[in-house]
Formats: sequence, structure tokens, C-alpha cells
Amino acid sequence: MKSAAINQILPWLLPLGLLAVWQSLSSAGILTGRILPSPVAVVLAGVHLTQTGELPLHLFESFRRAATGLLIGGSIGFLLGLLNGLSVLADRVLDSSVQMVRNIPHLAMIPLVILWFGIGEEAKLFLITIGVFFPIYINTVHGIRSIDPRLIEMGRSYGLSRLGLFLNVILPGALPSILVGLRYALGIMWLTLIVAETIACDNGIGYMTMNARDFLQTDVVLLGICLYALLGKAADMVTRLLERRLLSWNPAYNSIT
Amino acid sequence: MVQAILNQPIQETRKTPLVQVSRVSKQFGKKRVLHEIDLEVAEHELVVVVGRSGCGKSTMLRLLAGLETATEGQIFVDGLGLRGANAVARLMFQNSALLPWKTVLGNVVLAAPRTSDAPAVAMEALSQVGLADRAKDWPAILSGGQQQRVALARALASQAGLLLLDEPLGALDALTRLEMQALIEKIWIKRRFSIVLVTHDVEEAVTLGDRVLVMDRGQFVLEKEILMARPRTRTSPELVELKEEILSRVMGS
Ligand SMILES: Nc1ncnc2c1ncn2[C@@H]1O[C@H](COP(=O)(O)OP(=O)(O)O)[C@@H](O)[C@H]1O
Ligand SMILES: [Mg+2]
Repeated sequence: MKSAAINQILPWLLPLGLLAVWQSLSSAGILTGRILPSPVAVVLAGVHLTQTGELPLHLFESFRRAATGLLIGGSIGFLLGLLNGLSVLADRVLDSSVQMVRNIPHLAMIPLVILWFGIGEEAKLFLITIGVFFPIYINTVHGIRSIDPRLIEMGRSYGLSRLGLFLNVILPGALPSILVGLRYALGIMWLTLIVAETIACDNGIGYMTMNARDFLQTDVVLLGICLYALLGKAADMVTRLLERRLLSWNPAYNSIT
Repeated sequence: MVQAILNQPIQETRKTPLVQVSRVSKQFGKKRVLHEIDLEVAEHELVVVVGRSGCGKSTMLRLLAGLETATEGQIFVDGLGLRGANAVARLMFQNSALLPWKTVLGNVVLAAPRTSDAPAVAMEALSQVGLADRAKDWPAILSGGQQQRVALARALASQAGLLLLDEPLGALDALTRLEMQALIEKIWIKRRFSIVLVTHDVEEAVTLGDRVLVMDRGQFVLEKEILMARPRTRTSPELVELKEEILSRVMGS
């Protein structure tokens, strides 16, 4: 009981300590506000921007952008992954092309994407879509491929229909791998969002940060960076929760409390 | 319909062949694994096949299950030529092949006939193997022997007329294996189905079999009918003698 409480506290010690050192250096005047504003200043900037309504607006826009890209790219990746995982023919026809495109870092396509879509919303969604597509696609195919063939044979010999086989054996068997893909995809999603929003934008956390840079508001820049970190952490927590709920049968997941 | 027939009380029906294998050969590429096999399994008969590893036992069971097709010859089930999966047969492996993401009960329900009382049928099968109290557990936390009992319950719940057991006890420790043998025999006597059991344990073969067949390089080379009463005492002189005879045939040549 006692050691559990200590275990809960331990991971927080270092960040809290750093914060304390940072704050005291700022208070002592060693760190100037131009270079690195104090934690309190960052929090105050956050409170101020929330009151003016700017921060909620930018947060919402960033979140909407990220979610839309994830939904589109993730769905395409999942469906194509299912197709190529289940059909040898489709895999023959499609997989090597997909693998070829995968070797292009998606951020390298920014100039081309701007030529295609301009600097509007489509360009940003397109980048996020491509970014999240690959990890979901690859891990869906891999998940299906790595299902124990004896389980599929068992399903066949017990007379499961194709749909029954898919729902009872293939999908749940591939799920751990698909969730790993989702986790990667979320990481790429935030990264792409940051880059996309700093290209040219008139809302979102990235815009807020770039705009603050122009006015030398270091506290707001720092606030933006912290928000990205928090959003990334939140997304990671959601996948962990999903894993724990959906994979509770797996001893590797349900032992973590 | 089928269920109603299967649930009828046992009568003297040993003569009716449930499955008939007629001059079946199986080739994988150039490699001939089974060579003109003949086999009849009567209703409510327990046939045991012993043989060295690689002689073709599993291949024969997979043919009976309809998971492979014969290169030559034919298999008849209830007098009809077998095409595709054998609906009356259920295969059970050394590995229990339970779905880890379904509970014990969920695994068994999956095999039960798709009617509204499937959960009841599944629970009934689980109590027969003595695992009704583990119904809600994940398979991963059961012992190897318990997992095999769940696999057996799954086969029972499917109301199959023919259980194809491919070294189902091979991975179990000696004590659990004896327990499982007794359990299989008990359930088999109570329910009305046939068994083809593949094993490399000759003692298991003579303790359980109505008939023991020795397979060697894709052919049956010895057949022994055993008419002794059940449950059999492993140490009885006849059984020990039979065991020696079969063992020497398995090891010989
Ligand atoms: N799908 C297959 N393709 C090629 N060879 C196979 C295949 N299945 C089994 N064999 C071969 O057939 C032979 C008999 O295998 P098997 O029936 O599994 O033997 P047993 O169960 O008696 O140990 C082995 O030599 C094995 O390599
Ligand atoms: Mg085998």
C-alpha cells in the first residue's frame, strides 16, 4: 500500500524539481523573461489567453485538424491493411507500391503539397492523412499476418462463416498490432500538425505560437510548446486506456494497473 | 435434426460405418505421405492410431476433417462423399487452440450449434469436463491440462458425431494425462460419438482403443481389436502383452 503510493509519486519528483529550480532562477533574475519566462508567467499567459477566448479557439482548431486527419488517414490505412492482409492477390498488386511511397518522408512533400493544394486547410489535412496512414496500414497487415494459423484452422473446422471468422478470430487477433500502429500514428499526427500549422495558418496552436514569436511574446511561445506536450501525453493516455480495455485478455496488458 | 439423432440412447449400432476411407492417398508435391489407406470407423467406436512421428497420422486426421483433400481415393461420411469441411467431425490438437481473447465460456459457445440455448449447451459441456467454475476466466490463466479440457468441452458442445484427437494429451504431464484419459473415456461412454485418437503412447492406445492401428510410412501395417471391458487395468497381463506386441511393430522395421 505504502510502496504503491511512493511509486505514484516517484515519476513526478524530477519534473517538479526542475520546475522549482527554473522558477527560482527566474525569480532571482538570472533567467530573463526574453529568453525563458518563469513557469508562473507561462501559466499567467495561459489564463489570460483563455479569458480572451483565443486559447480555446486555437486549441479547438488544432484538435479538429488532428482528429480529421487521423480519421481519414487511419480509416484508409485500416481498410487497405485489411484488404492486403486478407487477400493475397490484393497484397501482390498493391503492397510493393505502398512500400515504395512509404520511403518518402511525408514532410518532404510539403513543397509539392503546397503546389497542389495551396496553403489552405486541405494541405494540412493531406499531410496529416499521409502521415498517419502508414503506421496504421503496416501494423494492420502485420497483425493479420501474425495470427496463429491454427486458430484460423480451428475456426474453419468449427464451421465459422467468413464473417464469423473475421469477427471472432482475425480482428481480435490483429487488434494488439493495430493499436501499436495507432500509437505511432498519434505521434506522427502531432508532429505533422506542428509543422503544418507553422507553414501558414490563421488559427491553431501553431499559428498562436508563430504569431507570438513575431511579437516577442516568449511566454506564449512556451505555452504553445507545453500544450503540444500535453496533447501528445493525452493522446498516449487514451491509447493506453484503449489497450487496457480491449486487450484485457492479454496478460501483458492487464498486469499494468 | 442431427442433434436429435445424436441424442438417442445407445443401441447396438456398431455395424453402421460412420466414416469410410477408401483407398486414399495423399501427396504433397512429389512427396507421397499416405498410400492407399482403408479405414472404417463405426458409430460409437474408439479407434486409436499409433505410429512414429512423420508417418502421416496428422495428415490422415486432416483429411478426415476435410481440411485437406485426398490426392486419390475417397472418404465417405454417412455414405456420402466428403467435400469441403466435414460437418460431423471436430479436430482437437496437442495445442488447445483456444481463442485467447474469448473467455472459457465464450470459446465453448462459439462451437455450440447457433441456437438460443447455445450458452446452456456450452455450460453443460464445461461441467462435463469439470470446469464450470472457470467459465468467466481468460484461457491464459488456466493450466495446460485445464486448457485441453476446455478444448474437449468445445468439441463436445459442437455435438459432433466424430472427434478427431491429434495427440491431445502429448503436452501434458503424466498424472494429468491419466486423468484426461479417464475423462475422455467416461464422456465417450456416456455420449454417443466416435473417436479417432492419434497418439504415440502405446499404453494410452491399448487402454482406450476398441481397435488399435499401427501406421508406418503412410500405411497401416497392423490392426488389433481389443474387446476387454472398461475401465481397463493397465497392468493386466493381456494388456501388457498387447502393448509389447504393438510397440515392437511400431519400433520395428
Ligand atoms: N502441408 C504439407 N506440405 C508438405 N508436406 C507436408 C505437409 N503436411 C505434412 N507434410 C509431410 O507429411 C509427412 C507426414 O506428416 P504428419 O501427417 O504431420 O505426420 P505425423 O502426424 O504422423 O507426425 C511429414 O513428412 C510432413 O513433412
Ligand atoms: Mg502429427
